[in-house]
Amino acid sequence: MKHKTFFWFILPTFLAMFFFIMLPIISICLQSLHSPHENVFVTVENCDPFGCKKSTSIDHDATNILKNENPLGKFVGFDIYFDRGHLAIDKINEIWIKNNNFFNFLTAISNLPFYKAIFFTLTFTFTVTPIMLVLGLLVALGVNSINKQLRGMIIFFSLLPMIVTPLIGSIILFWMIDSRGIIGNLLQIFLEDPDFSLKASTNITWIMLIIYGVWHAIPFSFIVFYAGLQTLPKDQIESAQIDGANSFQQTIHIIIPHLMPLITFVTLMQLMDNFRVFEPIIGFNAEAHATSLSWIIFNDLGGETRQLSAAATSSILTIIGVLILLSPVLIKTWKEFEFKK
Amino acid sequence: MKLLLIKVISSIIFLTSTSAFACSISARVSIVGNEFPAIQTVGSGAKECNGAKVSANLTADHQKINVAGMSSDPAEYTSAIVANTSIVALLNNNLIRPLDSLVAKHGKNIKKNQLITIDGKVMAVAFMANAQHLVYREDILKKLNINTPTTYEEMLDAAKKIRKSGLAKNPVGGAYKAGWNLAQEFNNMFIGYGGKHFKGNTAEPNVNSDAGVKALEMMKALSNYMNPDYLTHDSNATNAEFRAGNVALMNMWGSRAATLTDADGVSDEVKKGMAISGPMTVGGGKIPASTLFWDGFTVAKKISDKEAEATFIALSNGIRPSIMNNQDIRKQAVWLIDGYKPTDAAKGVFAAAKMNTTPYPMLPYNGIMHSAIGAELSDFMLGKETAKKTLSDIEDAYRASAKEKGFL
Repeated sequence: MKHKTFFWFILPTFLAMFFFIMLPIISICLQSLHSPHENVFVTVENCDPFGCKKSTSIDHDATNILKNENPLGKFVGFDIYFDRGHLAIDKINEIWIKNNNFFNFLTAISNLPFYKAIFFTLTFTFTVTPIMLVLGLLVALGVNSINKQLRGMIIFFSLLPMIVTPLIGSIILFWMIDSRGIIGNLLQIFLEDPDFSLKASTNITWIMLIIYGVWHAIPFSFIVFYAGLQTLPKDQIESAQIDGANSFQQTIHIIIPHLMPLITFVTLMQLMDNFRVFEPIIGFNAEAHATSLSWIIFNDLGGETRQLSAAATSSILTIIGVLILLSPVLIKTWKEFEFKK
Repeated sequence: MKLLLIKVISSIIFLTSTSAFACSISARVSIVGNEFPAIQTVGSGAKECNGAKVSANLTADHQKINVAGMSSDPAEYTSAIVANTSIVALLNNNLIRPLDSLVAKHGKNIKKNQLITIDGKVMAVAFMANAQHLVYREDILKKLNINTPTTYEEMLDAAKKIRKSGLAKNPVGGAYKAGWNLAQEFNNMFIGYGGKHFKGNTAEPNVNSDAGVKALEMMKALSNYMNPDYLTHDSNATNAEFRAGNVALMNMWGSRAATLTDADGVSDEVKKGMAISGPMTVGGGKIPASTLFWDGFTVAKKISDKEAEATFIALSNGIRPSIMNNQDIRKQAVWLIDGYKPTDAAKGVFAAAKMNTTPYPMLPYNGIMHSAIGAELSDFMLGKETAKKTLSDIEDAYRASAKEKGFL
């Protein structure tokens, strides 16, 4: 492609990336280094239907003078990154000194909000991604081998989990696993334990979220792999069959190497997606048991507190997390690219 | 024919002029607020106004959107219906305007005790009071010969007896959903044990105290008699449990209690058996383990004066005294509106006011405290931590947020 053609071809994408990805990232970078000014308090008399009372309030005029002098807020450097809501360096130090046993150390830091979220996010990412890859491939192979007339319908049904909005899907499951729901109740009968509750135990909540994550993600890997299977080299398969390779051997030695670029692609997408796990936590009302980085950002932004700097800091940490997670795959792709050149 | 035409035209003029007389506005009105029957009544009252568009976005997530929706210039929402909890965020961000001149001009039906004044300026007009109090099944208590609990200790005792009798396996209900709800229940209990959230007049946290430990222990004891999924139950889910006849005792909002059994499919047993009583005390304290709330409307700062006036007129129409003639509306809440005669459903909130229940404090840093409690408390309820550890976690989480927001 000529350079000029390439330029015009990429321009819309580049502009969109610049305005909707680059600028916001720069903005949150700046935001995360600043915090709001100190509020100037005044004591005033407040009256409501229940009577009058002296109370503390913010002196807006005095606070506004500070704000107008420096609209970004006061510069705090990396203070917010290191506070208890994020990396919690001081606390980590304290816990490290107190605990000589590594397991105790892990338990103690999992009490800090950021690490608690990281533990769940990583567990979720590293269980959902491989399970979903394997199951997606199996579904694709299965669908590929059935009667052509049935295929259309089966593909449609296999895609359903992805068509259902994540929040709706998780709320439906949430009601099914309620202790009075169909799954919750069945388990109570099978386990002969009328008090059994799926929602009351942290471990089971994690397993449930992971199962949901897999259920929701399988269609994506399935459809990509299924498309890949349509391009299988027929002659290679035939020669393998003539050489007496069974279907398992064919899968391992021909189909999987053939699908490898797609497997890398799906892994990349899913690592990113799963690292940003969010909807199921809201849908399952699971915040007591499991939180993720995205959930922390949502929680900081919502409600009465609106901690913009904290949310910006969590966002930057999420981006760093995604980069670390993807780096092995990116490096590998880069090396292959160099090799081909 | 001509005569007929004149008749039609004059009747149209007459019609529009009468409704214009009722409520006429000349600029857009856009309301955001919580969602429960009383607020829906106020919202639809505001929508009766003619002359310009009135829209209302009433949702349980109102606190997540009202600050953002009023920060732009001009603001998307010309009014937020708030409570003494949620007005603080609007005050902190300086998003609502003083209403003194509007009250003087259009507020002839508003009583003085409806005016919420901050430093002498009217910042909101309250229309109802609210509090959490006991809602219970009188039939079950009678059957087992139990007196109506007036303390949480008696509630535990009653729960034990009800479970033993087999009438309900998990007889206690509570909005213990992790987050805002759970924190609110802690606040109730903490105040009931005489706790103070902050040291003196400062923003320094003070929850890591004896009262805090006792409050947590009482909550844990109660949770043993709740549906095991209690950490996912907000007041909607708790009410559903009550309607289904699974719950016999619960601490519930006055604004929800009145219409609790009006839903479809509630058995007669539950309908007839439901009763309302005042808030409970705890640990021998005199102040109830509950907080008093008001709900009222505000007017956004970043809108034109014309829109502000239209908003005030429309919402005043939503809370005009004549709606008190409607029996169904009267029952929906403890109205502060002129001409309100309490119904039976108001007993609980009135008892709360009479017992000197603490009003929820309108402090600038209270929202952060509430969030910190909501985020850290579930570790204790799940049995992962001791009470002391959880309370010190709450203080640490609060300190980190308060420092960032410039309160400490």
